[in-house]
Amino acid sequence: MVTGAAVGGRPWNAGGVAAGSLSADRVLPRSRRLGDRVGDGLLHGVTAVAALLSLLLVAAIAWRVADGAWPAVRTFGLGFLWHDVWNAPLDRFGARDLIVGTVVTSFGAMLISAPLSIAIGLFLSELAPPTIRTPVGTLIDMLAAVPSVVVGLWGIYVLAPFDAQHVQPLLGSVLGWIPLFAHGSDHVESTVFTAMLVLALMTIPITSSICRELFLRVPAELEQGAIALGATRWETVRSIVLPSVRGGVVAAVVLGLGRALGEAIAVTQVIGNFIPLKPSIFEPGDTIASRLANQYQGAVSTTQVAALLYLGLILLAITFATNLAAQRVVRRFERQR
Amino acid sequence: MAARELSLKATGRARRRLLVSRAAEATAVGAAGIALAALGTLLWSVGSRGAGALGWSFFTKAPALFGEAGGGIAPALAGSLLLVGLATAFALPVGVLTALYVSEYARPRAARQVRLWLDVLNGFPSIVIGIFVFALCVGVSLPVVGWGRHQSAVAGGFALSIVMLPLVSRSTMEVLALVPHDLREASYALGVSRWQTVLRVVLPAALGGIVTGTTLAVARAAGETAPLLFTSALAGQIVDWDPTHSVQSIPLTIFQYSESADPNLHRQAWAAAFVLMLVVLVTSLAARLLLDRSRRKLEG
Repeated sequence: MVTGAAVGGRPWNAGGVAAGSLSADRVLPRSRRLGDRVGDGLLHGVTAVAALLSLLLVAAIAWRVADGAWPAVRTFGLGFLWHDVWNAPLDRFGARDLIVGTVVTSFGAMLISAPLSIAIGLFLSELAPPTIRTPVGTLIDMLAAVPSVVVGLWGIYVLAPFDAQHVQPLLGSVLGWIPLFAHGSDHVESTVFTAMLVLALMTIPITSSICRELFLRVPAELEQGAIALGATRWETVRSIVLPSVRGGVVAAVVLGLGRALGEAIAVTQVIGNFIPLKPSIFEPGDTIASRLANQYQGAVSTTQVAALLYLGLILLAITFATNLAAQRVVRRFERQR
Repeated sequence: MAARELSLKATGRARRRLLVSRAAEATAVGAAGIALAALGTLLWSVGSRGAGALGWSFFTKAPALFGEAGGGIAPALAGSLLLVGLATAFALPVGVLTALYVSEYARPRAARQVRLWLDVLNGFPSIVIGIFVFALCVGVSLPVVGWGRHQSAVAGGFALSIVMLPLVSRSTMEVLALVPHDLREASYALGVSRWQTVLRVVLPAALGGIVTGTTLAVARAAGETAPLLFTSALAGQIVDWDPTHSVQSIPLTIFQYSESADPNLHRQAWAAAFVLMLVVLVTSLAARLLLDRSRRKLEG
């Protein structure tokens, strides 16, 4: 019976037929062999073409955007990056304020979202009992599925008024002596700060779900060891959990940053689309992506179209670098493990 | 010589450490609370402000003329269906075939490259994908024969399909990787050739996962606004099924209404947002549950 079981697992070797004698010539008709060879080649070819197509798409995007931007690149040169006038009627374009706005808004959003996401990841992996963990995790994942235009709609009519009436005056009265937080007497609704909050909300599900996965992968023995040595929960987290996945957490935050840098719709709805730049975050501002989204019907001259594509090229370069950096961190981190 | 009483109450340094730990725990709970509260107010405002304007005519009528009350989103509904349908028709075959190449044919190095660049594609801002398609089919100097030089549902669907492609492809790869090797080997052992094995054994085993992965991508594409801004935004106010015409879409309608000054349009925007949220959340939740199930089945 033992041999029966062994043979049962390998039916092609049953009946005492030596594997070597089973040549295709004798078993299969000739036409079938030809069909198989053609079919194999065909499927291999078709799938390879599809994969190549996906890669070509990346190249085509980069090339087409760069090509469309070329007239603007030739006209404005690299000076586009630090020139601060955006004047369509005069055909004078510079992206400095938009670049600064993008960076300030996204980094501000990450300053809010990163600690919250890490804390949520810790809550879901270390603290919450299983009965709470799954529904809360699902709800936070649901936040990721909310379309950005709906987040933006909520941003305009719910979050922005609340901000203008309660949060910004409060922060302004405490931190107002710093120009960055200077708050005038009027309630401005469309502000850089509101955009930060919206972006933070949109990046929390991305960053926190990666963090949760990372924390869950930390070997339980390490944590139990720390607890056995008398460490409190926080000390375990600080000395064992966080250090062992530091790279992954950084990558998770950078991935969130990539999303924040490229978000156009929700930002353009709440930020006020205003340059020149003001020093305070409680004033309207603008970002590259938001400017692109805002000008979709308004581009009249070819120079302006080229300038918009130049903006797209800059955005592409920034997000590409960000994502590549995140992936390198992930890869290095995975190799370490 | 009475035995000294041992208290289990922490004092001094231990007490401070305990308090710090408790504070950290409270912070973590608070963070989760903040995220849930934000989601809660978002869902509540969409629900309370959107549900009121819903009615049968909202789904069947064209938008009202400026200043008039009422009106519906029928053109946007039809347009969204058309756009997402076209996008799925582009993205599904290419995405699944790419995943098949990576999991069945490619050498490890090529597979890693394809995965890397798909992730890069996934990281591209959707607004840039929109202006890419704009520059390719709509825009400046290179009209594609037939569709050229104006916005169309084909251009919009193509832009959405670029958003969907990495999602479909990556989720298919994940499911294909879960198909047990025994299945493939059993098929080879029966004398079945490689391509037949891929098409008749591997693909059917992964079908559930592919369908749910595609559903998630469809839910994502249905809510995307940015790729449509430059590719299918300037459209008439009628139901239009012609793919060479620019069509309305629900996300873009919400976007345009939200920026307008007319309070009637704000109500319409909330109602459209309610419909969109319902579709997106229900499909993505259902798909995620199914995905978990089919994954468990393959792993089980």
